[in-house]
Amino acid sequence: MTRQERTAWGFVLPVLAIILFVFALPTLLALALSVTDYSIYALADWGALRFVGLGNFTGLLTTPLFWRALGNTALFALLGVPMAIGTSLAAALLLHDASVRWKPLWRVLLFAPYVTSVVATAVVWRFLLNTRFGLLNRALGWIGVPPVDWLGDPHASIPAILLFVTWKIFGYNMIVFTAALSAVPHDLMEAARLDGASRWTRFRHVTLPAIGPTLLLAAVMSVAGFLQIFAEPYVMTLGGPAQSTTTVLYFMFDEGFKWWNLGQASAVAFILFLMILALTFAQARIGRRYEWL
Amino acid sequence: MTRRRWRAIAANAAVAAATLLTAAPLVWMVLVSFMPRGESSRFPPRLWPSRWSWENYHELLARRLIDGAWFDYRIVPALWNSLAVAGLSTLLGLLLTVPAGYAFAKLRFRGRERLLQLLVGALVVPGQVAMLPLFLIFKELGLVNSYAGVILPSLAGIFAILFVRQAALSIPDEMLDAARLDGASERRIFAQIVLPLLAPITVTLALFMFLGSWNDFLWPLIVLADQHLYTLPVAVAAISREHAADGELMMAAAVVTTLPVLILFVPLQRYYISGLLGGSIKG
Repeated sequence: MTRQERTAWGFVLPVLAIILFVFALPTLLALALSVTDYSIYALADWGALRFVGLGNFTGLLTTPLFWRALGNTALFALLGVPMAIGTSLAAALLLHDASVRWKPLWRVLLFAPYVTSVVATAVVWRFLLNTRFGLLNRALGWIGVPPVDWLGDPHASIPAILLFVTWKIFGYNMIVFTAALSAVPHDLMEAARLDGASRWTRFRHVTLPAIGPTLLLAAVMSVAGFLQIFAEPYVMTLGGPAQSTTTVLYFMFDEGFKWWNLGQASAVAFILFLMILALTFAQARIGRRYEWL
Repeated sequence: MTRRRWRAIAANAAVAAATLLTAAPLVWMVLVSFMPRGESSRFPPRLWPSRWSWENYHELLARRLIDGAWFDYRIVPALWNSLAVAGLSTLLGLLLTVPAGYAFAKLRFRGRERLLQLLVGALVVPGQVAMLPLFLIFKELGLVNSYAGVILPSLAGIFAILFVRQAALSIPDEMLDAARLDGASERRIFAQIVLPLLAPITVTLALFMFLGSWNDFLWPLIVLADQHLYTLPVAVAAISREHAADGELMMAAAVVTTLPVLILFVPLQRYYISGLLGGSIKG
């Protein structure tokens, strides 16, 4: 072994050992756990553990709350991605305008919610969304809209949480999109302007094709984020009302650490993993397709 | 000319309005935290404190004797726990991942490419999959309910290794080879040549790690059962479940949790944003 090689192993081994111990090994164990009936009895005595094959997975398919959680999570992603990406793009376009001054200041302020704690800001938003003295209903009152029971009405709870999530995360993709916008070919834009293309036409035919791949990639990546929603319903609604905000991860947490059905919960974790894996493949395909263009 | 001017005014006003809207929840959080107790839940709701008062912070932070027993909301201990956990996990995380990232970029060793592929592949697996068995392992080892139990999983910095590697790739080989010819040891090359070059991205990474650890919620919630060890987000979530209606108190707790992060972020935001862009464009 050369001197260089010895140093290299000295540099990489400690962190690789930790990755093996807290990540690789538990991930494999999760697979093993998902085919057992590990529950509170096994927690007390390993002898009570039984192999159940795919029983946990078939069991989940007949659990109405699991389907509810899947549906809720899908709804979060379906509504949340356009909401979040749209807000990010709108903010990026506003910031990109050449006539806007003090850009660094606006950028920091618009990005600030992203770095705050989800729990702390969820507490703030639960209060903002309060039916009687929340600011949101008060603002709606000024334009004549009657108060909405944001977190108490099963039809309003997901949109309400999405308002909060959008506010919290849009700054991230706003930064990504501003970078993409500044890479739009300037001479192409100028040519379109000279040809008399309207603002909208220029956006539609010059800007959008240029930033399209970035938009698409950001959208796919946000889906993965929305699949992992947990803290928001945990703090704001406890998964309610009427289980309307119970997400897959919330269901997994309850199964695992409230009822101690760790076998069942591992099966849920694996289903989540498969969904994210599928997304990553989609993402890789999109990436490849646009590199060829 | 005037049309362009009007447009400029409109664009600036729109950005200002959007920023105001975005900042409003945080501003309101601070305002309510200084209202006298109960003022925010009066009807119609007040926007501005009738008088500025520290009583919510006193209520939240002070330890006091109630019916012969000491009582507090355990926010001060949680603040120290959060600082200790985030500080330690940042420090240890950097010590572990910066040399590793450099080694993956610039040092030759057998199996390097294979390991690298494995690490990139591992990014696909969401961390929550490992959490359930990890809890059982930690329970067997007695790590549940300890700082080590919270910090250890955050040290598996696969993303951090790849992040450092990406930056280290741009260090010219000639520079390292010249130092080798001069007889410098590999460790010395790392400490005296590589580290200074990697300083800016180390700041970025430190910021990512500190904020990530400070804001982390699910794993501390799982692994910490003892109230004395709660980190801030776990403590705030616990209080908010019991004192949901106490608006001023909860806003004070939210201020205590978000303020340190914002104070750290604002002066270092340049590092944070450049790191974010580097990751999204190259990765």
